[in-house]
Amino acid sequence: MYALSYARPNSLEEAVSLLREHEEAKLLSGGMTLVATLKQKLAAPSHLVDLTRLSELKGIAVDGDILRVGAAMRHVEVAESSVVLGAIPALAYLASQIADPQVRNRGTIGGSVANNDPAADYPSAVLGLGATVITNQRRIAADEFFVGMFQTALDPAEILTAIEFPIPEFANYVKYRNPVSGYAVVGVFVSRTGADVRVAITGAGASVFRWTPAEESLLQDGSGEGLAEITLSPQDTVGDVHNSAAHKAHLVGVFTRKAVAGLRARPPKC
Amino acid sequence: MTKVTFTVNNELYEHEVEDRTLLVQYLRETLRLTGTHVGCDTSQCGACTVVLDGDSIKSCTVLAAQVSGGTITTVEGLAKEGQLHPVQDAFVQCHGLQCGFCTPGMIMSIEYFLRKGKAEDLGDEAIHEALEGNICRCTGYVNIIEAIRHAGDVMYGGKACVKHDGENHDR
Repeated sequence: MYALSYARPNSLEEAVSLLREHEEAKLLSGGMTLVATLKQKLAAPSHLVDLTRLSELKGIAVDGDILRVGAAMRHVEVAESSVVLGAIPALAYLASQIADPQVRNRGTIGGSVANNDPAADYPSAVLGLGATVITNQRRIAADEFFVGMFQTALDPAEILTAIEFPIPEFANYVKYRNPVSGYAVVGVFVSRTGADVRVAITGAGASVFRWTPAEESLLQDGSGEGLAEITLSPQDTVGDVHNSAAHKAHLVGVFTRKAVAGLRARPPKC
Repeated sequence: MTKVTFTVNNELYEHEVEDRTLLVQYLRETLRLTGTHVGCDTSQCGACTVVLDGDSIKSCTVLAAQVSGGTITTVEGLAKEGQLHPVQDAFVQCHGLQCGFCTPGMIMSIEYFLRKGKAEDLGDEAIHEALEGNICRCTGYVNIIEAIRHAGDVMYGGKACVKHDGENHDR
């Protein structure tokens, strides 16, 4: 790792001014991707600005039809939160399936979403639930947030503080797990919130994307039987060393049908 | 340089370290607690697992500065007054190792799992999931899993609903 300076700001304002002051500074959350990247010398920031202790980035709460999750909440906290389990059990399940216990004890939702790894799990929930990404400057709709491979709509000095998920009637997440690392070779997040049906695919493309033909099919026939007629073109997927584009396109179809077959309803209110 | 403070195995420490110092480097090179191993050095194998503020983490992928102020338990801190921790003892009783390189990380992961887990969750699936962050290249895991069952029985006073896989596991 190249030499760098570590900073632990005490407020969001202090974090922003550190970013403005040091052009080569990077934000650090759980560090499950960034620290590994630094060790490989694939990045050389002058400063690391640690966000994990900022109270503005903490907390999990339901307000009306919205579940709000602070950016610094760790995967283990989301997976085990009774609030998340009560509102969007599919989101808690997704968090429980990320990597391994040690990584879930450090990695955060904000770090995962801001990094937008093409094989990350969380982006599919953000897009698949039509969530809103909250920053220190503005609110960004999920459909506008994920721009491309490791790219988001965030400005360099913008800090993701929370994610607001509309609470759906039904949702589910299934993935084909890489057997070594647990990342999503293909992951599918399906939800229905009122008239909004969403099918978000991670792992298969350069970035998470909505599979609109599948959404249209589900709108016409909620049973999902129409999905058997729909295929994703390998040209719309990105193959990797383990899985060809054609294989991933096939997996998207299989796992979308699995996700619809196992849709989880929100538990009834006590 | 940055000042870090830790409680490691119930001892207080304070040091000046380079900002880029990894927690595992601090533990091994500054504190000379070499029971925590570096295997893959890429956050895959789990040999570097320690417990930080009650949670298992991979110390090769965390900066010491990031977790300064924390309370850490390494494998050296498990035995009390000459008595091995039930997880350590179970590895001895069940021969849960061959070369032993992965063992400190395995033991810390399992200590976390058994401390946190509810007794009724100690089925095969939960044990397999608990081991996802740790790799052993010798044993084939059979005796490690047996050691976890054994430690679970001991720690939960024989009251654990340890769901075996239908086979008769004689001890």
